Amino acid sequence: MEDFAQAGAVETVTCPSCGLLCDDLQITRDSTSNLEVTKNGCAKSIAFFGNTPKDLSPRVAGKPVNLKQAIAKATEILRNANQPLIAGLGTDVYGMRAVMNLAETANATLDHMNSSGFMRNIQVVQNSGWMITTLTEVKNRVDLLVVVGTDIVSVFPRFFEREVWNKETMFGQDTSQREVVYLGGRNINTDAGIAPSGRKPDVLPCNLERLPEVVAALRALISGKALHAKKIAGIAVADLEKLAQRMLAARYSIVTWSAGVLDFSHAELTIQNLAELVKTLNKTTRSSGLPLGGVEGDMNANQVSTWISGYPMRISYVRGYPEHDPHHFSADRLLASSEADVLFWISSFNPDRTPPTTKAPTVVFGHAHMKLNKEPDVFIPIGTPGVDHKGIMFRTDNVVSLPLQKLRNSTLPTLAEVLSAIERAYKC
Amino acid sequence: MLTRLTGGTVYDPTHGINGKVMDIHVRDGRIIAKPQADERVDQEYNCGGKVIMAGAIDMHTHIGGGKVNIARTLLPEDHRADPVAHSDLCRAGCGHAVPSTLTTGYRYAEMGYTAGFEPAVLPMNARHAHLEMGDVPIIDKGGYVMLGSDDLFLRMLAAKKDQNAINDYVAWTINAAQAIGIKVVNAGGINAFKFNQRMLVLDEQNFHYGVTPRDVLKSLSRAVYELNIPHPLHIHGNNLGVPGNVETSLNTMAGVDGYPIHLTHIQFHSYGVEGDRKFSSGAARIAEAINKRKNVSADVGQIMFGQTVTASGDSMAQHRNSGLGSPHKWVCMDIECDAGCGVVPFKYRDKNFVNALQWAIGLEIFLLVEDPWRVFLTTDHPNGAPFTSYPHLIKLLMDKTYRNEVFSHISPDAQSMSTLASIAREYSLYEIAIMTRAGAAKLVGLHDRGHLGVGGAADITVYSDNPDREKMFEKPDYVFKDGQLVVKNGSIVKVTWGATHTVKPEFDRSIEKEISKYYDSFHTVKMQHVKVGNDEIEGDGRGKIVTHALKGRRERTL
Repeated sequence: MEDFAQAGAVETVTCPSCGLLCDDLQITRDSTSNLEVTKNGCAKSIAFFGNTPKDLSPRVAGKPVNLKQAIAKATEILRNANQPLIAGLGTDVYGMRAVMNLAETANATLDHMNSSGFMRNIQVVQNSGWMITTLTEVKNRVDLLVVVGTDIVSVFPRFFEREVWNKETMFGQDTSQREVVYLGGRNINTDAGIAPSGRKPDVLPCNLERLPEVVAALRALISGKALHAKKIAGIAVADLEKLAQRMLAARYSIVTWSAGVLDFSHAELTIQNLAELVKTLNKTTRSSGLPLGGVEGDMNANQVSTWISGYPMRISYVRGYPEHDPHHFSADRLLASSEADVLFWISSFNPDRTPPTTKAPTVVFGHAHMKLNKEPDVFIPIGTPGVDHKGIMFRTDNVVSLPLQKLRNSTLPTLAEVLSAIERAYKC
Repeated sequence: MLTRLTGGTVYDPTHGINGKVMDIHVRDGRIIAKPQADERVDQEYNCGGKVIMAGAIDMHTHIGGGKVNIARTLLPEDHRADPVAHSDLCRAGCGHAVPSTLTTGYRYAEMGYTAGFEPAVLPMNARHAHLEMGDVPIIDKGGYVMLGSDDLFLRMLAAKKDQNAINDYVAWTINAAQAIGIKVVNAGGINAFKFNQRMLVLDEQNFHYGVTPRDVLKSLSRAVYELNIPHPLHIHGNNLGVPGNVETSLNTMAGVDGYPIHLTHIQFHSYGVEGDRKFSSGAARIAEAINKRKNVSADVGQIMFGQTVTASGDSMAQHRNSGLGSPHKWVCMDIECDAGCGVVPFKYRDKNFVNALQWAIGLEIFLLVEDPWRVFLTTDHPNGAPFTSYPHLIKLLMDKTYRNEVFSHISPDAQSMSTLASIAREYSLYEIAIMTRAGAAKLVGLHDRGHLGVGGAADITVYSDNPDREKMFEKPDYVFKDGQLVVKNGSIVKVTWGATHTVKPEFDRSIEKEISKYYDSFHTVKMQHVKVGNDEIEGDGRGKIVTHALKGRRERTL
């Protein structure tokens, strides 16, 4: 049994600070349980593991209380709710299972803090489907990477290091010959797309909100249609045509996007065009989409919700059975319209993801370092999966899930422990 | 705790008991011979006139893992039509084609099923599969882990590694994934699709590795046999759904050097090319081959008319068939240089020639395979139909008049291409008990399940002997899971958590060094994180892992 109080180095640690779930980190722990990334770190993981351990009390109305009192108060608030909303949902698989149980018992509605991005992808799947791939396929097969509207690395810092400019592949590919094209966006830092040989990526910039036109044009060209326009959103159609031909000629192109970045009206239709152009490419060659996500446990929330309720995010148990509606059950909408009269907010990975402003009574299950603009009715600090306790987390590709390790002793309870206690109390 | 089931008519094929009136005694979850003289019977159930069988076992049902959740995501409209509210005992969810996990467990138990086996666990998705199955209540679970399109195996085959090395890797994989069997899907084909190959017949080489499906099948079937894994290699054949694939299936049976194999959803692989539409039944030839080859078993993968969704590891076939789906939306995935998946909704129609003939082909196979120990009742849930259609399927098998009545309403062209109406056979209760209990337990290697002998687990189903077999099998009077009454009159009365069944064949531990190095070079996760830990299955206070002895494998025929 590992002694978590001892100083030492832990190998092959899985990092849940982004959706890549790199599991090759070395973390060094000092005698006071401070953690430091000592191998294979990145800006996000260094910040994530750098949060010092805290022995923090729960609070009710800003006053320290013990956990039992905090649970009693949270239960009372939940009992008095007509339409409780459990949102944020920044937690791992075990935490999410407990969320599902409590939501069902209390007839609550559920939404994840990243849903407005993620729902764009879900709507594409529900409407027409897609062909997508996973990280190890990218690492070993990609010959042309088309990056749409994002730099990738500000959210997924090690993406290029691990999946594109890796030295070895299964099939003997010379990875320095891999081609990278950035499509759309302005002032995107494309340095990560520079090959180790110094070859620069191709960049076709446009304003983000003009991506719908650009992507529609690219799809048309890939489908063999002629366009009369010479320029679209500032991009020469000839350049798009060249890209289309490269994608048709590539043996395994990958089209990647981050749905959260595509923050313009009806972005799901643009994602659908990306998905459909990938399908078209697959009539003659191979190509795959790679939707990027998995941040703050959004994949956990969707996966667990889908197997337990039958639906992905934005579900409600108001009627006693699960219902799903990508618009109606949006946390922002429910709070703005005051339909939700209690907010339970969960963020266990990230102290910066604080609850939205609301007049509704609020209970926060938060990272111990969370700094709140407004003191909630109840604050219960919870452990961080992968640091304070074990967990399981789904990666960006929604296929691989990895165990998260406990790295130090902690006085903080797990989200599952707290929510299960509230559920038991609620039922009494 | 001592329970007595009194005076029921017992069907226990493992012990040759065919409709004998007898008492069954259960103490602490196990079947005992009889209580001691002074022992008090705590609970007694009068089963006079009722039929008693072991709990049913579904040996091939997609109940957990990535593709199942994709199927759920694809079909919110299907779920909206079958909402399941929570009750005092049961949690909420939804049903129909791909029910939520909790509803899956409840509905299986309510039909008298006490175990189900997920047949397509990808090593890279095994943790997920077990997580989902961990949320399937009451019934026992287990999985067959997929090999044969993964880079490492094909690499070993291409390098002509000796069989012992292959065996070690197969054993390592089944341990890592906490599985009870090995499955191969479109042998090598999922991999070939990633190199843009669109078909792979039995002797066609993979562009990259130069190995053929036949090489893959020979090597894996031998490995499973030599490791003494009770469940024979579980084969989803090449060329699923392609007219003429009956030849591939027959060649597959002939091509494995007599090693035991199980051909899954054989209905989808029994198509000929006769007739005006170049689509015909190969059922008679398939059944004849199974009858002759004692090393071969099959489950049918019966289709039923209505909406469902097909979820398969066979990305090559699913992509090929994606245009035929309804509603028209589908997902295909390449996965981790390990495997793949494809999810395509289908609506099978009785007036559609192809669908109607598929339906008839499935039934022909059931009725023409003579040995019920080597043919199994499945719809390949949800691919042919949701598992909730089993009672209807049992009626079709047991009631010739009813079967012919349904047959007379399907596409007339399909009728003219099928011999179904001329087949007089009706399955007996004894044969149903073999196919869904005794035979299934033997096939999977569940030594203490599927029978009612002394020492067996008290998974027991009690039915009213209704001449309408659909009504009889859809609503048992009592279902006991490990001796506890969980269902009464077709409704849940107690929710328990079943076990996860595994085998743990030994392997040379030094291969982990090589596998680990391989993962470090080419994969995006560490080898040790691929392994599913015991605590990940047994945590959250649910269920336990049962490891079965490596005995009772089917023998090789030469």
